[in-house]
Amino acid sequence: MTDRPLTQHLRPDGNPVFIAEYESNGGYDGLRRALAEKTPADCQQVVKDSRLRGRGGAGFPTGMKWSFVPMGDKAGPGHKYLVANADEMEPGTFKDRIILEQDPHQLIEGMILSAYAIEADIAYIFLRGEYTLAAQRIETAIQECYDAGYLGTGIQGSNYSLELRLHRSAGRYICGEETALINALEGKRANPRPKPPFPQVSGLWGRPTIVNNVETLCNITHILTHGADWFQSLGIGEDSGTKLFGASGNVMTPGVWELPMGTPIREILEQHAGGMREGYQLKGFLPGGGSTDFLTTDHLDLAMDYDVIGKAGSRMGTGTMIVLDDRSCPIGMVRNLSRFFAQESCGFCTPCRDGIPWIVQLLSRFEDGQATDADLVLLEEKARFVGGMGNTHCALAPGAMEPVISALKYFREDFERHIHEGGCCYQHAAGGH
Amino acid sequence: MMTDLIPTLSPEEIAEIEHEVALIPRRDSAAIDALMIVQRHRGWISDTSIKAIADLLQMSAEELDGIATFYNLIFRQPVGEKVILFCDSVSCWLRDADQVKARLSHTLGVDYGETTVDGRYTLLPVPCLGACDRAPVMMVGDDLYTHLDQSDLNSLLGLGEACD
Repeated sequence: MTDRPLTQHLRPDGNPVFIAEYESNGGYDGLRRALAEKTPADCQQVVKDSRLRGRGGAGFPTGMKWSFVPMGDKAGPGHKYLVANADEMEPGTFKDRIILEQDPHQLIEGMILSAYAIEADIAYIFLRGEYTLAAQRIETAIQECYDAGYLGTGIQGSNYSLELRLHRSAGRYICGEETALINALEGKRANPRPKPPFPQVSGLWGRPTIVNNVETLCNITHILTHGADWFQSLGIGEDSGTKLFGASGNVMTPGVWELPMGTPIREILEQHAGGMREGYQLKGFLPGGGSTDFLTTDHLDLAMDYDVIGKAGSRMGTGTMIVLDDRSCPIGMVRNLSRFFAQESCGFCTPCRDGIPWIVQLLSRFEDGQATDADLVLLEEKARFVGGMGNTHCALAPGAMEPVISALKYFREDFERHIHEGGCCYQHAAGGH
Repeated sequence: MMTDLIPTLSPEEIAEIEHEVALIPRRDSAAIDALMIVQRHRGWISDTSIKAIADLLQMSAEELDGIATFYNLIFRQPVGEKVILFCDSVSCWLRDADQVKARLSHTLGVDYGETTVDGRYTLLPVPCLGACDRAPVMMVGDDLYTHLDQSDLNSLLGLGEACD
């Protein structure tokens, strides 16, 4: 059995694996066997036992998420939905792209099995609009599945039926939030919905809906094929399975690698990413995308496990690290991120709509040499307010403030230097437009 | 530059939109798909298109416009033959995207939101394109271009030497 289930069959040349090759690697055997041998309840139990946690950023246990879906007659009349969240828009995150472009059937098989486990009869892949190559390949793969009887009515002679459709997003980061995604699928502005009701009970068109990340869904086939114990044994720390980790920024070999959950950060940055480029020193990093708190060189020996990174004051997020070097300005970096979040705020809640642009203005005062000691106090106060849990409808604003608040914590002397030296002295400054 | 010459929806556009409507429980739930369909045919979404799509989906033009203006990839102004989506997010920024952007603007003679005088390209910023391991990156039409710091932008865009 493999220890790299998600990437084992990717072709070295990067070309896509379509159905004949996918089947020759054992693809869809797991689906056939599960439909013949397991009930939806059995499937849910295995996933629960595997301790799989959501790979989209929040890390919520997948089996528990599914367990809130009403089953059988309790669901009432009408459809139930499964949605693959393929709206990869978190800054610095590029992990789902490789699966979507190179192994679309792995996602589809995981989706069929997940849909079966929650008794969904319609599934959507919500794909970000800019992933054009992935869109073509997914369309091809879906058609291959209908032709081969893996989708449609009575899949592989069972009495289970599923329709799968591709929705290409018109582009907005907030669509990655599951209730906003549901609004987008309903053709609306992607404002997040209040919870409760939770989507598992009342989601797409008011019907039970599960939204899972691409990588999460890909794991399902392997878990059902090889079992919960095998999946747990893949992790070398507290968490189960493998993870698509990545690194970008001024490292030697930026990339994405499937590694055991619990892999030490040092191994990812030094071995896989090859350390820093010549002439650059590591100053800090966001461990899991643009909405996670900075960690520093003091944290290199931590394991990439949800709770370990959480205890260190950050989040594992998407597991794709953004590396800050000593030649790039930390204030410039968080201003770039804050601009992104200001632009991508849906505008529903005032602290997010008006607060994040205010943060951008304050950060600009530092870069432009206008900041005073009072601005530092104001920045800290406002960042804590905008980022305060419960002050906004969804997690966009709190996520947006994680790099800002942690930059104030770890790189405070940089803020002070910008005040006292009248602006930015980094070689790679804020830039801007 | 593409202009909106057809005042109402064409039979092809209507057929494509109705195909989407047939798959879902509410007509107005096809709003985003309908906007994308019409934009694929016309390059952008005019006021006239908003009105025509809204009528077809039995919703108000104001509500549809609220949806159209919400999404980054729906263009409410005419755009060039190809739209350049230049990644301005953090990983590209760390790999000197600002310098590439300055070079690109100089080469094309346009800034964000503008279209070249020959109508070939419109330049827009885009959030993180999810290709951070190959930064800095941009899309030209449907195609992704990577490692732009090492690229000859003129030949990439099929232009002659930059004219000053």
